[in-house]
Amino acid sequence: MSNHTSPQHNKTVFKLLLVVVGMFGFGFLLVPLYDVFCDITGINGKTNDTAAAYQHVEIDTSRLITVEFITRTNTGMPWVFRSETKKIQVHPGELKEVDFYAHNPASYDIVGQAVPSVSPGLASLYLNKTECFCFEQQPLKAGEEARMPMRFYIDPQIPEDINYFTLSYTLYDVTSNKVAMR
Amino acid sequence: MSSAAEQVHHDEHHDHHAPSGIKRWLYTTNHKDIGTLYLWFAFIMFLTGGAMAMVIRAELFEPGLQIVEPNFFNQMTTVHGLIMVFGAVMPAFTGLANWMVPMMIGAPDMALPRMNNWSFWILPFAFLILLSSLFLEGGGPNFGWTFYAPLSTTYSNDSTALFVFSVHIMGASSIMGAINVIVTIFNMRAPGMTFMKMPLFVWTWLITAFLLIAVMPVLAGAVTMVLTDKFFGTSFFNAAGGGDPVMFQHIFWFFGHPEVYIMILPAFGIISQIVPTFARKPLFGYASMVYATASIALLSFIVWAHHMFTTGMPLFAEMFFMIATMLISVPTGVKVFNWVATMWRGSLTFEVPMMFALAFIVLFTIGGFSGLMLAITPVDFQYHDTYFVVAHFHYVLVTGAIFSIMAAAYYWLPKWTGKMYDVTLAKWHFWCSLISVNLLFFPMHFVGLAGMPRRIPDYSLQFADFNKWISIGGFAFGLSQLIFLALLIKACKKQGEPVSARVWEGAEGLEWEVPSPAPYHTFETPPVVK
Repeated sequence: MSNHTSPQHNKTVFKLLLVVVGMFGFGFLLVPLYDVFCDITGINGKTNDTAAAYQHVEIDTSRLITVEFITRTNTGMPWVFRSETKKIQVHPGELKEVDFYAHNPASYDIVGQAVPSVSPGLASLYLNKTECFCFEQQPLKAGEEARMPMRFYIDPQIPEDINYFTLSYTLYDVTSNKVAMR
Repeated sequence: MSSAAEQVHHDEHHDHHAPSGIKRWLYTTNHKDIGTLYLWFAFIMFLTGGAMAMVIRAELFEPGLQIVEPNFFNQMTTVHGLIMVFGAVMPAFTGLANWMVPMMIGAPDMALPRMNNWSFWILPFAFLILLSSLFLEGGGPNFGWTFYAPLSTTYSNDSTALFVFSVHIMGASSIMGAINVIVTIFNMRAPGMTFMKMPLFVWTWLITAFLLIAVMPVLAGAVTMVLTDKFFGTSFFNAAGGGDPVMFQHIFWFFGHPEVYIMILPAFGIISQIVPTFARKPLFGYASMVYATASIALLSFIVWAHHMFTTGMPLFAEMFFMIATMLISVPTGVKVFNWVATMWRGSLTFEVPMMFALAFIVLFTIGGFSGLMLAITPVDFQYHDTYFVVAHFHYVLVTGAIFSIMAAAYYWLPKWTGKMYDVTLAKWHFWCSLISVNLLFFPMHFVGLAGMPRRIPDYSLQFADFNKWISIGGFAFGLSQLIFLALLIKACKKQGEPVSARVWEGAEGLEWEVPSPAPYHTFETPPVVK
């Protein structure tokens, strides 16, 4: 115990350094862990970022769920961006299509990226989008406008207490940093 | 000089060609020298961060904007926080560990003396980088010491790079210091000094050191992500690129919550040394103190999201973090009750370190209770980001951590210098600090509950009276610390009555077995602990 020879110190130091390096790695590991955790639990309201296949499911006509659509543009994004439908009522299992409108009033080309978010977050687990403009980046030339469809259905498994949720899209200007969605 | 005196001098230093002057301090590998360096550095940083707090309180003396620009105000709140956390409290505890841990476990020095020198000497450069960023065009960091994204990424200026590098260096210094403490305690205890015989200051520091090596690397990761997000186009915290700004808060507070225990566990150790000395009774519930410290450290890893109740977490997460947070009050309560039980029927005397320790116990408990209030999720929505939070963490950090450091200084200073400090000045320092610190922080509870937001250079008129009092308390507390400075200068000039080896009548432990002042080298042959 009191025998403080150098090799013994080195052994302890080595082990402690492993902890340090491990925890530095863990800090970065938290990034994918966070995504996976949120994906499974749906607690941060992120929706699927690839198209879901529409399996023919039983349409539950006994329930009506109200979905509200909100759009906003991030600071510095000049596009006009709105949802053609503000609010829609759907039966769980029913396939619906809503249109979004985007217009680039700027005198230069811009690439946009819409990022969806659902509130309350848990509803995102039951929202299946078979087609969405948010799955890819949207390039619009100067002055160009576009109609962007979004098709979705709600999983009939959706809990009884969720009968109203909001889907919001924030549009970002990603022209300068064309970062692919992770 | 007689040859006998020279001989004594020679023995004291033992090093045959010890450098003198500045080189002695630059090249030193002696744990006592490095401890002194850490403590002086921490005190200088305490005054620097305190000067920034004076700027904040001067601006908030009256409603409206009068003295500084809002951007400069934001830099002051940010750098005040960073300096006090990383520059004052943490180095002060590391300094105390350097001085006391080897002496308390009967070791001749720290296990890794050269690394010890390095871990201190990179620290001034870290703070030089941070402080110099204030003078750059656009100013220094202004996003709060918590540097939430996107404030620190999208909306920050280029000096953020300097902030990131300085945090990297501070982190490296803390990690090296922590490794040194652990290796020293694991490998260099005197024969017979089993783990369950170690003084509590050593125990709490051991656990703190483990917290440090667990979370400082996570902080390094977080600042690195901020750096790459800002300058190299990654999107860890940028929703446009698939990242998530809320994730920043999760990573930051995964570091941040253990960090607050890093700043309080050594304080618990100090109080557990001082109270038995002046109650003249052994510490009540030694083993429960050790287990309570370990429980607090473990729980600190599962409570981080109580800083984020308003981010829109689902109900079950809010419940989990609320209950886990409240659970921490159990081991903390064990500690407070143990201190009270130690004093119960003791022969109490009220020397200056004891006065600070008693103030610590009362005022830290107030801070603990306001923490408990903040832990209650539904009411946190009202308290969040108000001055109530500011009051809470200043009660636990100023009247908690800082008061414990002052208690430690007054407790061990005679051992370091061999002379009793100026007790009259010390009592003035205590009473001035005690009264002003409460005038400073207690009314913050009220303005916070009434809704005054933190980190804003202006406030609505109904908060004006309270803020005037708070500012007066702040200036008085700042000036009171100059008494401490005067006392320390006198102590370093070796003025005062010589003290015995034991210094305090009721003091127990190996550090009191060596002469006062503690010789340059102690326990070169290990003592035997029965």
